[in-house]
Amino acid sequence: MPQKNNILPLIQATNVFHSYGNRQVLTDVSFAIYPNEVVTLIGPNGAGKSTLLKILLSLEKSNKGTIERKPNLTIGFMPQKVHLDSSLPLTVVRFLQLANHSNIFNNFYQKKQTNSTIEQTLIELGILSLKNRQLKSLSGGEFQRVLFARAIIKKPQLLILDEPVQGVDVQGQTELYHLINKVKDRLKCGILMVSHDLHIVMKSTNKVLCLNQHLCCSGSPSSISVNLEFQKIFGTGFEEVAIYEHHHNPDQCDHTHGD
Amino acid sequence: MFNIILNPPTFLVMALIGGLLIAIIASPLGIFMVWQKQSYFGATLAHSALLGVSLSLLFDLNPTLAIIFVSISIGMILFFLEQKSLLSTDTLLGILAHSSLAFGLIILSFQPSVQVDLMNYLFGDILSINQLDIILLISLLVAVLIYFANYWNQLLNLTLNKELAKIDGINIKNVQLAYILLLALLISLAIKIVGILLITSLLIIPAAAAHKLAKSPEQMLIYSLVIAIISVTGGLLASVMQDTPTGPSIVVCATLIFLASLIKK
Repeated sequence: MPQKNNILPLIQATNVFHSYGNRQVLTDVSFAIYPNEVVTLIGPNGAGKSTLLKILLSLEKSNKGTIERKPNLTIGFMPQKVHLDSSLPLTVVRFLQLANHSNIFNNFYQKKQTNSTIEQTLIELGILSLKNRQLKSLSGGEFQRVLFARAIIKKPQLLILDEPVQGVDVQGQTELYHLINKVKDRLKCGILMVSHDLHIVMKSTNKVLCLNQHLCCSGSPSSISVNLEFQKIFGTGFEEVAIYEHHHNPDQCDHTHGD
Repeated sequence: MFNIILNPPTFLVMALIGGLLIAIIASPLGIFMVWQKQSYFGATLAHSALLGVSLSLLFDLNPTLAIIFVSISIGMILFFLEQKSLLSTDTLLGILAHSSLAFGLIILSFQPSVQVDLMNYLFGDILSINQLDIILLISLLVAVLIYFANYWNQLLNLTLNKELAKIDGINIKNVQLAYILLLALLISLAIKIVGILLITSLLIIPAAAAHKLAKSPEQMLIYSLVIAIISVTGGLLASVMQDTPTGPSIVVCATLIFLASLIKK
Protein backbone atom coordinates (compact mmCIF):
# COMPACT_ATOMS: atom_id res chain seq x y z
CA MET A 1 0.00 0.00 0.00
CA PRO A 2 1.39 3.40 -0.90
CA GLN A 3 1.83 6.07 1.70
CA LYS A 4 0.05 9.35 1.29
CA ASN A 5 2.47 12.28 1.48
CA ASN A 6 4.64 10.15 3.73
CA ILE A 7 1.93 10.11 6.41
CA LEU A 8 1.30 6.72 7.91
CA PRO A 9 -2.29 5.53 7.82
CA LEU A 10 -4.16 5.27 11.13
CA ILE A 11 -5.45 1.90 10.14
CA GLN A 12 -4.87 -0.20 7.09
CA ALA A 13 -6.66 -3.33 5.93
CA THR A 14 -4.82 -5.52 3.46
CA ASN A 15 -6.46 -8.36 1.52
CA VAL A 16 -9.02 -9.14 4.18
CA PHE A 17 -11.15 -12.26 3.67
CA HIS A 18 -13.85 -13.44 6.01
CA SER A 19 -16.57 -16.07 5.97
CA TYR A 20 -19.19 -17.42 8.33
CA GLY A 21 -19.27 -21.15 7.69
CA ASN A 22 -19.70 -21.52 3.94
CA ARG A 23 -20.92 -18.00 3.40
CA GLN A 24 -18.16 -15.72 2.14
CA VAL A 25 -18.78 -12.27 3.61
CA LEU A 26 -15.65 -10.35 2.70
CA THR A 27 -13.42 -11.00 -0.28
CA ASP A 28 -10.06 -9.32 -0.70
CA VAL A 29 -10.86 -6.01 0.96
CA SER A 30 -8.02 -3.50 1.17
CA PHE A 31 -8.09 0.16 2.16
CA ALA A 32 -6.52 2.66 4.52
CA ILE A 33 -7.71 5.58 6.60
CA TYR A 34 -5.39 8.55 7.12
CA PRO A 35 -5.46 11.27 9.79
CA ASN A 36 -7.93 14.09 9.15
CA GLU A 37 -9.66 12.06 6.45
CA VAL A 38 -13.31 11.11 6.21
CA VAL A 39 -14.05 7.73 4.69
CA THR A 40 -17.64 6.68 4.14
CA LEU A 41 -18.34 3.00 3.81
CA ILE A 42 -21.58 2.30 1.94
CA GLY A 43 -23.23 -0.89 0.83
CA PRO A 44 -26.60 -2.64 0.86
CA ASN A 45 -27.80 -4.77 3.76
CA GLY A 46 -25.74 -7.94 4.08
CA ALA A 47 -22.80 -6.41 2.23
CA GLY A 48 -20.46 -7.20 5.11
CA LYS A 49 -20.20 -3.68 6.53
CA SER A 50 -20.76 -4.78 10.12
CA THR A 51 -18.32 -7.65 9.76
CA LEU A 52 -15.68 -5.33 8.38
CA LEU A 53 -16.22 -2.94 11.30
CA LYS A 54 -15.91 -5.78 13.81
CA ILE A 55 -12.64 -6.84 12.22
CA LEU A 56 -11.31 -3.26 12.27
CA LEU A 57 -12.31 -2.94 15.93
CA SER A 58 -10.67 -6.30 16.77
CA LEU A 59 -13.98 -7.71 17.94
CA GLU A 60 -13.57 -10.46 15.40
CA LYS A 61 -10.55 -11.95 13.67
CA SER A 62 -10.52 -12.20 9.90
CA ASN A 63 -9.88 -15.56 8.24
CA LYS A 64 -7.18 -14.08 6.05
CA GLY A 65 -5.47 -10.75 5.58
CA THR A 66 -4.00 -8.21 7.95
CA ILE A 67 -5.16 -5.14 9.84
CA GLU A 68 -2.35 -2.78 10.71
CA ARG A 69 -2.91 -0.06 13.27
CA LYS A 70 -0.74 2.91 13.96
CA PRO A 71 1.06 2.20 17.26
CA ASN A 72 -1.08 3.23 20.28
CA LEU A 73 -3.99 4.12 18.05
CA THR A 74 -6.97 5.34 20.05
CA ILE A 75 -10.39 4.55 18.61
CA GLY A 76 -13.71 6.11 19.48
CA PHE A 77 -16.67 3.99 18.42
CA MET A 78 -20.30 4.95 18.09
CA PRO A 79 -22.37 1.79 17.74
CA GLN A 80 -25.47 1.62 15.62
CA LYS A 81 -27.72 0.37 18.34
CA VAL A 82 -27.07 -0.16 21.99
CA HIS A 83 -29.48 -2.30 23.85
CA LEU A 84 -29.84 -0.68 27.23
CA ASP A 85 -31.23 -2.54 30.15
CA SER A 86 -33.71 -0.22 31.79
CA SER A 87 -33.08 -1.77 35.19
CA LEU A 88 -29.70 -0.07 35.35
CA PRO A 89 -30.32 3.48 36.58
CA LEU A 90 -27.77 5.73 34.92
CA THR A 91 -27.61 9.44 34.18
CA VAL A 92 -26.01 10.80 31.02
CA VAL A 93 -23.08 12.24 32.95
CA ARG A 94 -22.42 8.97 34.80
CA PHE A 95 -22.62 7.08 31.50
CA LEU A 96 -19.96 9.36 30.06
CA GLN A 97 -17.83 9.04 33.19
CA LEU A 98 -17.86 5.29 32.62
CA ALA A 99 -15.87 5.77 29.41
CA ASN A 100 -13.03 6.18 31.88
CA HIS A 101 -13.16 2.83 33.58
CA SER A 102 -10.23 2.87 36.00
CA ASN A 103 -10.62 1.53 39.53
CA ILE A 104 -12.56 3.56 42.07
CA PHE A 105 -9.47 5.09 43.70
CA ASN A 106 -8.06 6.59 40.49
CA ASN A 107 -11.54 7.53 39.50
CA PHE A 108 -11.85 9.66 42.60
CA TYR A 109 -8.80 11.74 41.70
CA GLN A 110 -9.64 12.08 38.01
CA LYS A 111 -13.27 12.95 38.57
CA LYS A 112 -12.89 16.73 38.44
CA GLN A 113 -10.93 16.70 35.20
CA THR A 114 -13.25 14.13 33.63
CA ASN A 115 -16.30 16.17 34.55
CA SER A 116 -15.03 19.34 32.89
CA THR A 117 -14.24 17.36 29.71
CA ILE A 118 -17.73 15.88 29.80
CA GLU A 119 -19.30 19.31 30.21
CA GLN A 120 -17.32 20.75 27.30
CA THR A 121 -18.31 17.85 25.06
CA LEU A 122 -21.97 18.17 25.98
CA ILE A 123 -21.86 21.90 25.21
CA GLU A 124 -20.15 21.24 21.88
CA LEU A 125 -22.90 18.81 20.91
CA GLY A 126 -25.63 21.08 22.25
CA ILE A 127 -26.95 18.56 24.77
CA LEU A 128 -25.83 20.06 28.07
CA SER A 129 -29.45 20.05 29.18
CA LEU A 130 -29.43 16.24 29.07
CA LYS A 131 -26.57 16.01 31.58
CA ASN A 132 -28.58 14.78 34.53
CA ARG A 133 -31.30 12.93 32.64
CA GLN A 134 -31.67 9.18 33.01
CA LEU A 135 -30.47 7.29 29.92
CA LYS A 136 -33.71 5.37 29.60
CA SER A 137 -35.70 8.62 29.42
CA LEU A 138 -33.86 9.85 26.30
CA SER A 139 -35.39 9.86 22.83
CA GLY A 140 -33.66 8.01 20.01
CA GLY A 141 -32.04 11.16 18.62
CA GLU A 142 -30.92 12.36 22.04
CA PHE A 143 -29.43 8.99 22.85
CA GLN A 144 -27.56 8.99 19.54
CA ARG A 145 -25.88 12.25 20.48
CA VAL A 146 -24.97 10.88 23.89
CA LEU A 147 -23.37 7.87 22.19
CA PHE A 148 -21.51 10.26 19.91
CA ALA A 149 -20.33 12.19 22.97
CA ARG A 150 -19.04 8.97 24.51
CA ALA A 151 -17.14 8.15 21.32
CA ILE A 152 -15.30 11.48 21.24
CA ILE A 153 -14.77 12.07 24.95
CA LYS A 154 -11.33 10.51 25.03
CA LYS A 155 -10.18 12.49 21.97
CA PRO A 156 -9.61 9.49 19.70
CA GLN A 157 -7.31 9.53 16.69
CA LEU A 158 -9.80 7.46 14.74
CA LEU A 159 -13.54 7.83 15.03
CA ILE A 160 -15.70 4.97 13.79
CA LEU A 161 -19.40 5.75 13.39
CA ASP A 162 -21.78 2.93 12.55
CA GLU A 163 -24.78 4.39 10.72
CA PRO A 164 -24.89 7.57 12.82
CA VAL A 165 -27.82 9.08 10.92
CA GLN A 166 -29.99 5.98 10.73
CA GLY A 167 -33.58 6.81 11.61
CA VAL A 168 -32.87 10.54 11.70
CA ASP A 169 -34.80 12.93 9.43
CA VAL A 170 -33.01 15.09 6.86
CA GLN A 171 -32.97 18.08 9.19
CA GLY A 172 -31.45 16.03 12.00
CA GLN A 173 -29.05 14.42 9.55
CA THR A 174 -27.71 17.82 8.49
CA GLU A 175 -27.30 18.83 12.13
CA LEU A 176 -25.49 15.64 13.03
CA TYR A 177 -23.14 15.92 10.04
CA HIS A 178 -22.45 19.48 11.07
CA LEU A 179 -21.47 18.30 14.55
CA ILE A 180 -19.30 15.51 13.17
CA ASN A 181 -17.46 18.05 11.01
CA LYS A 182 -16.98 20.38 13.95
CA VAL A 183 -15.54 17.60 16.05
CA LYS A 184 -13.30 16.46 13.21
CA ASP A 185 -11.88 19.95 12.78
CA ARG A 186 -11.08 20.12 16.48
CA LEU A 187 -9.65 16.64 16.96
CA LYS A 188 -8.03 16.31 13.51
CA CYS A 189 -9.02 12.67 13.68
CA GLY A 190 -9.68 10.22 10.90
CA ILE A 191 -13.33 9.22 10.51
CA LEU A 192 -14.82 6.04 9.18
CA MET A 193 -18.54 6.35 8.74
CA VAL A 194 -20.85 3.53 7.77
CA SER A 195 -24.04 4.18 5.89
CA HIS A 196 -26.58 2.02 4.14
CA ASP A 197 -27.69 4.99 2.08
CA LEU A 198 -26.05 4.29 -1.26
CA HIS A 199 -26.23 7.80 -2.65
CA ILE A 200 -26.19 10.52 -0.08
CA VAL A 201 -23.07 10.87 2.01
CA MET A 202 -21.60 13.52 4.24
CA LYS A 203 -20.23 16.32 2.07
CA SER A 204 -16.82 16.45 3.71
CA THR A 205 -16.28 12.80 2.78
CA ASN A 206 -12.90 12.42 1.11
CA LYS A 207 -13.38 8.86 0.00
CA VAL A 208 -16.39 6.62 -0.50
CA LEU A 209 -15.94 2.87 -0.34
CA CYS A 210 -18.76 0.86 -1.85
CA LEU A 211 -18.80 -2.60 -0.32
CA ASN A 212 -20.74 -5.59 -1.47
CA GLN A 213 -18.74 -8.51 -0.12
CA HIS A 214 -15.86 -7.01 -2.07
CA LEU A 215 -15.02 -3.37 -2.70
CA CYS A 216 -17.00 -2.70 -5.90
CA CYS A 217 -15.91 0.86 -6.32
CA SER A 218 -14.51 3.84 -4.54
CA GLY A 219 -14.17 7.51 -5.25
CA SER A 220 -15.00 10.95 -4.01
CA PRO A 221 -18.54 12.29 -3.87
CA SER A 222 -19.74 15.19 -5.93
CA SER A 223 -21.26 18.15 -4.24
CA ILE A 224 -25.02 18.30 -4.07
CA SER A 225 -25.07 22.05 -4.30
CA VAL A 226 -23.96 21.80 -7.93
CA ASN A 227 -26.44 19.05 -8.68
CA LEU A 228 -29.39 21.09 -9.91
CA GLU A 229 -31.64 18.11 -10.36
CA PHE A 230 -31.30 17.19 -6.71
CA GLN A 231 -32.03 20.75 -5.66
CA LYS A 232 -35.10 20.77 -7.85
CA ILE A 233 -36.48 17.69 -6.12
CA PHE A 234 -35.47 18.19 -2.52
CA GLY A 235 -34.98 21.95 -2.30
CA THR A 236 -32.10 23.61 -0.50
CA GLY A 237 -30.77 23.13 3.00
CA PHE A 238 -28.41 20.31 2.20
CA GLU A 239 -25.10 22.04 2.87
CA GLU A 240 -23.76 19.02 4.69
CA VAL A 241 -24.60 16.24 2.25
CA ALA A 242 -23.27 15.18 -1.12
CA ILE A 243 -24.14 12.66 -3.80
CA TYR A 244 -22.03 9.67 -4.58
CA GLU A 245 -22.18 8.40 -8.14
CA HIS A 246 -21.25 4.77 -8.54
CA HIS A 247 -18.69 4.37 -11.28
CA HIS A 248 -19.01 0.69 -11.82
CA ASN A 249 -20.95 -1.84 -13.77
CA PRO A 250 -24.11 -2.52 -11.74
CA ASP A 251 -24.12 -6.12 -13.00
CA GLN A 252 -21.01 -6.85 -10.98
CA CYS A 253 -22.60 -5.74 -7.76
CA ASP A 254 -26.09 -7.05 -7.39
CA HIS A 255 -27.50 -4.06 -5.59
CA THR A 256 -29.78 -1.52 -7.10
CA HIS A 257 -28.94 2.13 -7.00
CA GLY A 258 -32.46 3.21 -7.61
CA ASP A 259 -31.54 4.94 -10.80
CA MET B 1 -39.98 -14.86 74.03
CA PHE B 2 -38.09 -11.56 74.10
CA ASN B 3 -35.53 -13.01 76.44
CA ILE B 4 -33.95 -14.80 73.51
CA ILE B 5 -33.25 -11.44 71.86
CA LEU B 6 -31.96 -9.72 74.98
CA ASN B 7 -29.85 -12.69 75.92
CA PRO B 8 -29.06 -14.36 72.64
CA PRO B 9 -27.58 -17.85 72.62
CA THR B 10 -24.35 -18.39 70.68
CA PHE B 11 -26.04 -20.08 67.73
CA LEU B 12 -28.23 -17.03 67.19
CA VAL B 13 -25.26 -14.66 67.28
CA MET B 14 -23.47 -16.89 64.79
CA ALA B 15 -26.55 -17.01 62.56
CA LEU B 16 -26.92 -13.24 62.68
CA ILE B 17 -23.25 -12.62 61.85
CA GLY B 18 -23.44 -15.15 59.02
CA GLY B 19 -26.71 -13.73 57.74
CA LEU B 20 -25.43 -10.14 57.75
CA LEU B 21 -22.24 -11.15 55.96
CA ILE B 22 -24.36 -12.88 53.32
CA ALA B 23 -26.57 -9.80 52.95
CA ILE B 24 -23.55 -7.53 52.48
CA ILE B 25 -21.88 -9.82 49.93
CA ALA B 26 -25.13 -10.57 48.10
CA SER B 27 -25.99 -6.91 47.43
CA PRO B 28 -23.32 -5.96 44.87
CA LEU B 29 -23.49 -9.41 43.27
CA GLY B 30 -27.30 -9.30 43.23
CA ILE B 31 -27.67 -5.92 41.55
CA PHE B 32 -25.43 -7.05 38.69
CA MET B 33 -27.46 -10.24 38.48
CA VAL B 34 -30.57 -8.09 37.97
CA TRP B 35 -28.83 -5.75 35.51
CA GLN B 36 -27.40 -8.62 33.49
CA LYS B 37 -30.67 -10.61 33.67
CA GLN B 38 -28.80 -13.54 35.15
CA SER B 39 -31.28 -14.66 37.79
CA TYR B 40 -31.72 -18.05 36.19
CA PHE B 41 -27.97 -18.41 36.27
CA GLY B 42 -28.03 -18.05 40.05
CA ALA B 43 -30.83 -20.59 40.29
CA THR B 44 -28.78 -23.05 38.25
CA LEU B 45 -25.79 -22.66 40.53
CA ALA B 46 -28.03 -23.16 43.56
CA HIS B 47 -29.67 -26.29 42.14
CA SER B 48 -26.29 -27.76 41.36
CA ALA B 49 -25.39 -27.32 45.02
CA LEU B 50 -27.61 -30.28 45.84
CA LEU B 51 -25.22 -32.39 43.80
CA GLY B 52 -22.48 -31.08 46.08
CA VAL B 53 -24.49 -32.08 49.15
CA SER B 54 -25.05 -35.61 47.93
CA LEU B 55 -21.44 -36.03 46.85
CA SER B 56 -20.28 -34.91 50.28
CA LEU B 57 -22.54 -37.53 51.92
CA LEU B 58 -21.46 -40.22 49.48
CA PHE B 59 -17.73 -39.64 49.98
CA ASP B 60 -17.99 -38.38 53.57
CA LEU B 61 -16.60 -34.91 52.78
CA ASN B 62 -17.22 -31.54 54.39
CA PRO B 63 -20.52 -30.47 52.76
CA THR B 64 -19.59 -26.77 52.52
CA LEU B 65 -16.37 -27.54 50.67
CA ALA B 66 -18.10 -30.08 48.42
CA ILE B 67 -20.77 -27.52 47.49
CA ILE B 68 -18.12 -24.89 46.78
CA PHE B 69 -16.30 -27.33 44.52
CA VAL B 70 -19.43 -28.29 42.55
CA SER B 71 -20.72 -24.70 42.23
CA ILE B 72 -17.42 -23.39 40.94
CA SER B 73 -17.18 -26.27 38.45
CA ILE B 74 -20.72 -25.66 37.17
CA GLY B 75 -20.04 -21.90 37.01
CA MET B 76 -16.93 -22.45 34.88
CA ILE B 77 -18.69 -24.97 32.62
CA LEU B 78 -21.55 -22.52 32.06
CA PHE B 79 -19.19 -19.65 31.36
CA PHE B 80 -17.25 -21.55 28.71
CA LEU B 81 -20.33 -23.12 27.12
CA GLU B 82 -21.83 -19.63 26.85
CA GLN B 83 -18.73 -18.42 25.02
CA LYS B 84 -19.17 -21.21 22.48
CA SER B 85 -22.82 -20.22 22.07
CA LEU B 86 -23.88 -23.67 20.89
CA LEU B 87 -27.29 -23.35 22.50
CA SER B 88 -29.17 -20.35 23.81
CA THR B 89 -28.25 -19.53 27.38
CA ASP B 90 -31.62 -20.34 28.92
CA THR B 91 -31.66 -23.80 27.34
CA LEU B 92 -28.15 -24.41 28.59
CA LEU B 93 -29.07 -23.26 32.10
CA GLY B 94 -32.18 -25.42 32.09
CA ILE B 95 -30.18 -28.51 31.16
CA LEU B 96 -27.48 -27.94 33.76
CA ALA B 97 -29.82 -26.87 36.57
CA HIS B 98 -32.12 -29.84 36.33
CA SER B 99 -29.62 -32.51 35.38
CA SER B 100 -27.41 -31.63 38.34
CA LEU B 101 -30.48 -31.52 40.60
CA ALA B 102 -31.60 -34.92 39.29
CA PHE B 103 -28.14 -36.44 39.75
CA GLY B 104 -28.01 -35.00 43.25
CA LEU B 105 -31.42 -36.44 44.21
CA ILE B 106 -30.58 -39.91 42.85
CA ILE B 107 -27.30 -40.05 44.70
CA LEU B 108 -29.12 -38.87 47.84
CA SER B 109 -31.69 -41.66 47.48
CA PHE B 110 -28.94 -44.21 48.08
CA GLN B 111 -28.36 -42.70 51.52
CA PRO B 112 -30.94 -44.08 53.95
CA SER B 113 -31.11 -41.36 56.64
CA VAL B 114 -30.86 -37.97 55.05
CA GLN B 115 -34.48 -36.82 55.08
CA VAL B 116 -33.92 -34.10 57.69
CA ASP B 117 -30.68 -32.88 56.15
CA LEU B 118 -32.35 -32.49 52.78
CA MET B 119 -35.03 -30.18 54.17
CA ASN B 120 -32.34 -28.04 55.78
CA TYR B 121 -30.47 -27.67 52.53
CA LEU B 122 -33.61 -26.85 50.59
CA PHE B 123 -34.93 -24.22 53.01
CA GLY B 124 -31.97 -23.21 55.16
CA ASP B 125 -31.22 -23.86 58.81
CA ILE B 126 -29.80 -21.21 61.12
CA LEU B 127 -28.53 -23.84 63.52
CA SER B 128 -26.14 -25.23 60.95
CA ILE B 129 -23.91 -22.14 60.67
CA ASN B 130 -20.53 -22.86 62.22
CA GLN B 131 -17.17 -21.18 62.64
CA LEU B 132 -15.81 -22.45 59.33
CA ASP B 133 -18.74 -20.80 57.52
CA ILE B 134 -18.07 -17.49 59.23
CA ILE B 135 -14.37 -17.62 58.35
CA LEU B 136 -15.18 -18.49 54.72
CA LEU B 137 -17.77 -15.69 54.53
CA ILE B 138 -15.32 -13.12 55.87
CA SER B 139 -12.72 -14.24 53.32
CA LEU B 140 -15.32 -13.98 50.57
CA LEU B 141 -16.31 -10.49 51.74
CA VAL B 142 -12.67 -9.39 51.45
CA ALA B 143 -12.44 -10.92 47.96
CA VAL B 144 -15.67 -9.20 46.87
CA LEU B 145 -14.49 -5.84 48.21
CA ILE B 146 -11.16 -6.10 46.38
CA TYR B 147 -12.91 -7.19 43.19
CA PHE B 148 -15.43 -4.35 43.13
CA ALA B 149 -12.88 -1.71 44.16
CA ASN B 150 -10.96 -2.60 41.01
CA TYR B 151 -13.64 -3.63 38.57
CA TRP B 152 -16.88 -1.85 39.53
CA ASN B 153 -16.67 0.53 36.56
CA GLN B 154 -15.48 -2.17 34.19
CA LEU B 155 -18.31 -4.51 35.16
CA LEU B 156 -20.80 -1.65 34.70
CA ASN B 157 -19.37 -1.00 31.25
CA LEU B 158 -19.62 -4.57 30.13
CA THR B 159 -23.11 -4.85 31.59
CA LEU B 160 -24.17 -1.88 29.46
CA ASN B 161 -22.59 -3.07 26.24
CA LYS B 162 -20.03 -5.80 25.74
CA GLU B 163 -18.71 -4.48 22.43
CA LEU B 164 -18.12 -0.96 23.69
CA ALA B 165 -16.41 -2.36 26.78
CA LYS B 166 -14.14 -4.55 24.68
CA ILE B 167 -13.21 -1.68 22.36
CA ASP B 168 -12.35 0.38 25.44
CA GLY B 169 -9.78 -2.26 26.32
CA ILE B 170 -11.63 -4.07 29.08
CA ASN B 171 -10.81 -7.74 29.40
CA ILE B 172 -14.48 -8.70 29.46
CA LYS B 173 -13.86 -12.43 29.78
CA ASN B 174 -11.78 -12.17 32.94
CA VAL B 175 -13.97 -9.56 34.60
CA GLN B 176 -17.12 -11.60 33.93
CA LEU B 177 -15.54 -14.91 34.93
CA ALA B 178 -14.34 -13.45 38.24
CA TYR B 179 -17.86 -12.16 38.89
CA ILE B 180 -19.34 -15.59 38.18
CA LEU B 181 -16.86 -17.31 40.51
CA LEU B 182 -17.66 -14.89 43.33
CA LEU B 183 -21.34 -15.54 42.71
CA ALA B 184 -20.77 -19.32 42.84
CA LEU B 185 -18.87 -18.94 46.13
CA LEU B 186 -21.59 -16.81 47.70
CA ILE B 187 -24.31 -19.22 46.65
CA SER B 188 -22.44 -22.20 48.10
CA LEU B 189 -21.94 -20.42 51.41
CA ALA B 190 -25.43 -18.91 51.61
CA ILE B 191 -27.27 -22.19 51.06
CA LYS B 192 -26.97 -23.14 54.74
CA ILE B 193 -28.91 -20.12 55.88
CA VAL B 194 -31.32 -19.38 53.02
CA GLY B 195 -31.56 -22.76 51.32
CA ILE B 196 -31.10 -23.96 47.76
CA LEU B 197 -34.61 -23.06 46.61
CA LEU B 198 -34.51 -19.50 47.89
CA ILE B 199 -30.97 -18.22 47.53
CA THR B 200 -31.66 -16.53 44.18
CA SER B 201 -34.41 -14.46 45.75
CA LEU B 202 -32.01 -13.08 48.37
CA LEU B 203 -29.85 -11.88 45.49
CA ILE B 204 -32.67 -10.50 43.38
CA ILE B 205 -35.46 -9.17 45.58
CA PRO B 206 -33.43 -6.53 47.50
CA ALA B 207 -31.95 -5.35 44.18
CA ALA B 208 -35.40 -5.19 42.58
CA ALA B 209 -36.78 -3.26 45.54
CA ALA B 210 -33.84 -0.84 45.42
CA HIS B 211 -34.35 -0.28 41.69
CA LYS B 212 -37.47 1.82 42.21
CA LEU B 213 -35.69 4.20 44.57
CA ALA B 214 -32.27 4.53 42.96
CA LYS B 215 -31.06 7.11 40.45
CA SER B 216 -27.53 5.75 40.02
CA PRO B 217 -25.85 2.34 40.21
CA GLU B 218 -24.17 3.33 43.46
CA GLN B 219 -27.48 4.38 45.03
CA MET B 220 -28.99 1.08 44.00
CA LEU B 221 -26.13 -0.71 45.74
CA ILE B 222 -26.66 1.18 49.00
CA TYR B 223 -30.45 0.76 49.02
CA SER B 224 -30.15 -2.91 48.20
CA LEU B 225 -27.61 -3.32 51.00
CA VAL B 226 -29.97 -1.75 53.53
CA ILE B 227 -32.93 -3.81 52.32
CA ALA B 228 -30.94 -7.06 52.42
CA ILE B 229 -29.72 -6.36 55.95
CA ILE B 230 -33.25 -5.59 57.16
CA SER B 231 -34.61 -8.73 55.48
CA VAL B 232 -31.99 -11.04 56.94
CA THR B 233 -32.32 -9.61 60.44
CA GLY B 234 -36.11 -9.60 60.29
CA GLY B 235 -36.25 -13.11 58.85
CA LEU B 236 -33.90 -14.48 61.49
CA LEU B 237 -35.87 -12.89 64.32
CA ALA B 238 -39.14 -14.25 62.98
CA SER B 239 -37.54 -17.63 62.61
CA VAL B 240 -36.29 -17.65 66.21
CA MET B 241 -39.45 -16.25 67.75
CA GLN B 242 -42.10 -18.05 65.71
CA ASP B 243 -40.04 -21.10 64.77
CA THR B 244 -40.64 -20.49 61.06
CA PRO B 245 -38.10 -21.85 58.55
CA THR B 246 -35.25 -19.34 58.20
CA GLY B 247 -34.94 -19.05 54.43
CA PRO B 248 -38.64 -18.46 53.72
CA SER B 249 -38.85 -15.93 56.57
CA ILE B 250 -35.99 -13.89 55.09
CA VAL B 251 -37.50 -14.03 51.61
CA VAL B 252 -40.96 -13.02 52.85
CA CYS B 253 -39.37 -10.10 54.66
CA ALA B 254 -37.57 -8.96 51.48
CA THR B 255 -40.74 -9.40 49.43
CA LEU B 256 -42.71 -7.18 51.82
CA ILE B 257 -40.12 -4.43 51.34
CA PHE B 258 -40.26 -4.96 47.58
CA LEU B 259 -44.06 -4.60 47.63
CA ALA B 260 -43.70 -1.43 49.69
CA SER B 261 -41.26 -0.05 47.10
CA LEU B 262 -43.91 -0.46 44.41
CA ILE B 263 -46.05 2.14 46.15
CA LYS B 264 -43.48 4.81 45.28
CA LYS B 265 -44.30 6.29 41.92
